[in-house]
Amino acid sequence: MLTGETSAPRRGLARLRATGPVGIASAVVIAAATVSGLFGPLLAPYDPGLPNLSLSWAGPAGSHLLGYDFEGRDVLSRLLAGAQSSVLGPLAVVILSVTAGTLLAVTAAWRRGVSDTVISSGLNILFAFPGILLAVLAAAVFGAGLPAAAIALSIAYLPYVARVLHGAALKERGQPYVAALEVQGASATAICLRHLVPNIGPLIVAQATILFGYAMVDLAAISFLGLGVQPPTANWGVMISENKYGLLLGHPLPAVAAGICIVTVVVAVNLLGERLFEQAREARG
Amino acid sequence: MSDPIAADPLASAGSAAVLPLLEVAGLTVLLEVNGARRAVLRDVSLALRPGEAVGLVGESGAGKSMTARALGRLLPAGAEMRGSIRFGGAEVGRLAGADLRRYRSQVAMIFQDPRAHVNPVRRIGDFMTEALRTNHAVPTGEARRRAVDMLTQVGIEDGARRLQQYPHQMSGGMLQRVMIAAALLTGPRLLLADEPTTALDVTTQAEVMAILDELRNKSGLAMLFITHDLELAAAICDRTAVMYAGQIVEVRASPLLHSDPLHPYTAALAAARPDITRTTPRLRAIPGRPLSAFEAPATECAFAARCTHAGEICRVAVPDLVELDGGVSRCARARELRGQLQAAPDG
Amino acid sequence: MLLASLLVASFVIFAALYLAPGTPLAALSGGQPLPPGSVQVLEQRYHLNESFLAQYWYWLDNALHGNLGISITLRENVSTLIASRIWTTAGLVLYASLIIVVLGIGLGIVSGLRPGRLDTGVLVVTAVSAAIPAFVAAIVLIMVFAVKLGWFPALGNGTGFLGNVKHFTLPAVALAAASLAIVARVTRASVRQESDREHVQTAVSRGIPAHRVIQRHILRNAAIPITTITGITIASLIAVAAVVEVAFSLNGIGAYLVQAAETKDIAVVQGISLLLVTAFVVVNLLADVICAVLDPRLALRDRPR
Repeated sequence: MLTGETSAPRRGLARLRATGPVGIASAVVIAAATVSGLFGPLLAPYDPGLPNLSLSWAGPAGSHLLGYDFEGRDVLSRLLAGAQSSVLGPLAVVILSVTAGTLLAVTAAWRRGVSDTVISSGLNILFAFPGILLAVLAAAVFGAGLPAAAIALSIAYLPYVARVLHGAALKERGQPYVAALEVQGASATAICLRHLVPNIGPLIVAQATILFGYAMVDLAAISFLGLGVQPPTANWGVMISENKYGLLLGHPLPAVAAGICIVTVVVAVNLLGERLFEQAREARG
Repeated sequence: MSDPIAADPLASAGSAAVLPLLEVAGLTVLLEVNGARRAVLRDVSLALRPGEAVGLVGESGAGKSMTARALGRLLPAGAEMRGSIRFGGAEVGRLAGADLRRYRSQVAMIFQDPRAHVNPVRRIGDFMTEALRTNHAVPTGEARRRAVDMLTQVGIEDGARRLQQYPHQMSGGMLQRVMIAAALLTGPRLLLADEPTTALDVTTQAEVMAILDELRNKSGLAMLFITHDLELAAAICDRTAVMYAGQIVEVRASPLLHSDPLHPYTAALAAARPDITRTTPRLRAIPGRPLSAFEAPATECAFAARCTHAGEICRVAVPDLVELDGGVSRCARARELRGQLQAAPDG
Repeated sequence: MLLASLLVASFVIFAALYLAPGTPLAALSGGQPLPPGSVQVLEQRYHLNESFLAQYWYWLDNALHGNLGISITLRENVSTLIASRIWTTAGLVLYASLIIVVLGIGLGIVSGLRPGRLDTGVLVVTAVSAAIPAFVAAIVLIMVFAVKLGWFPALGNGTGFLGNVKHFTLPAVALAAASLAIVARVTRASVRQESDREHVQTAVSRGIPAHRVIQRHILRNAAIPITTITGITIASLIAVAAVVEVAFSLNGIGAYLVQAAETKDIAVVQGISLLLVTAFVVVNLLADVICAVLDPRLALRDRPR
């Protein structure tokens, strides 16, 4: 390192390995969550939607490792099935937000001048809306449901994503290699897509990871409020809301189990995101 | 370990009646570097008489700033200090409480980057008068009056207005003058100047040096002037000490440093600087790179690897300081090489 | 700049009425059939026959004068309905803010100034607490402190000032938990960073006593980033309060907003949204102003935005 050689940008798995044991452990948790998210209903041992009121609030027994919820449904199965909306929802939010944010940030940084001012001002206005508020507003206008909430959150997160990426894109724009490419006659789109964006890639990934944590919490909160995913669809936020009275009745397990799922994934995502951020910062010097 | 007085003969020679103001003897400082305890200063000995200006010269990592910090009791937490520093007869390392505060008002420090060393959220007046108000119980009005006075002496007019300003409203050169003025307000007897002009442009550098010189002569202030610029030190200081790899390798009266250096490193430093009066086919750099104190070998002269005069005797042990012609050298072959070390003009 | 955002935000809130599927009339009536006379009344009251911008102006003008329309479901003035509930939310947010400022900043300062066991403890606790969303914290708190230990009541507002404080404690803690962790960490980092700055060395080298150095050079300088993060976190409380209110069955405007959204009581949703957005912007503005006062390098005019 001291001899001043530049290390080639690490790709993919090498980057992950470089985040240390904590980063790897987090990635494992996230991978497990993703698998559950994709295949949850198939992995569930019992039917997550089958109520059996005679078994309401019953405790763990045999292969019902986490007991039954307020309607007598198997908690473990419901958690696995719930992973679908709980994990894929935030994923959609992140993809939307980061894509749009990158587009806006890079465009503003590239064009500078008037375009930059217009885009920046527009995004500044969005700063006035907290995510949850925009989602509630969307629910009131379009009706409660996951799509409206997800889109609302994506819009609310835009200014934060764009601000971080805008600074990085500006810095990248000022690099000599960009000027060299321009002189060679490369088009703006080509330069941005093939050089500029990949170079701020690590930062984008780090930002996306952290954003995922926020999206997960906010979406779960909105579902908890009854304005996101609607019962009886399985969802961790909904499960907390559904089983809330169990706490008062001395049957905390269903609600707490769902809460633990949320917290575990969020912690893993935050830890990994922090490390990726450090990496991105180091890589850019 | 060398005897402090013998190591720096000028401290006692001739002016036997004048006791040294500052006596450093065998100062060794160890720090945690990458998990291991390493020496960043080795066996540093130096003495200053009242009113004397001594230069401390060396490349980055030589230990100059660390020496200043040791003298100013500003070593980082966890640093271990061995040897002795005596100021006015008192052992500095053992001072505490009110005694330590008194020492700090008698030994002032000015630093390299004035903008980093002045609190950006406080006004200049607050910065300048803080020590007076806090430690000397000088009322605010009186303290401000003295500050304005001192600002005039460093060449800043309309001091009253300047006191109300914030650091970011001043240029680097002006801020450095403010720092000097602030340092002198408590009437110190010794000034530790750690590369005060390195961060300034050449013209401002000359102005600041002139101010320092004038103020010193007026108030009889002793000064330890730290720099990497051999010529600058020689211009303003009576004696100059040269450091390499955490050790003192030469102490010499400044005029003699060029004409009759006692250590090959000093000669190489002087030779490396391009001469403005003649052209040379290539610049003379010292081969290799400078060692930090903790990289220095324990069984041979630290400079041996880069020295053109290195011999067998140089690799046997770390050389001791030897007295020569009123100066001091840490070269094992100092006596042999006497007179041969002056840099020849062209290679 | 922030005020401009506020204006545009109010426009967006207003325009939401038109984004709703169906006619504005249908949205205002919440999808319920209306007797013929009411249609005319509504048209007049909401100026539905005039241009879009004119309607916006009327709405904004009314809002600024405290008239936020009528709730379709409860047939009462929205302003009255809000007024009766706003103190709950305000009290909750204030209580949580107090916890964040006192505990968050306090712990951050102590652990920033003293490396050691307390510092490690704070780091670990905040790492965990930062990841716990308010509604999860809510259920854990209810389970432990209300049900198992019975120290605090689980639901409802309570009566009288002391009763309110008791009932609001668990909700306030739930609301503050994650934010407290963030504020504590940023405070700690800022204090550490300022302690290492060179100007602190200058002060020490002049013999300034330690407590003064800490007060006037470390903390005073760290106050700037601390204020920024505290402002951001308190502003974010305003939205999350709704979730906590629902979890603890508190009678605040957040819970009411959720209710209104479920029943599509548009006027109420608009009114409360406007209020919340204003509060959010005002808190951020306040934090900016305090920062500008603390840091002479930021002239209020050319603040980076």
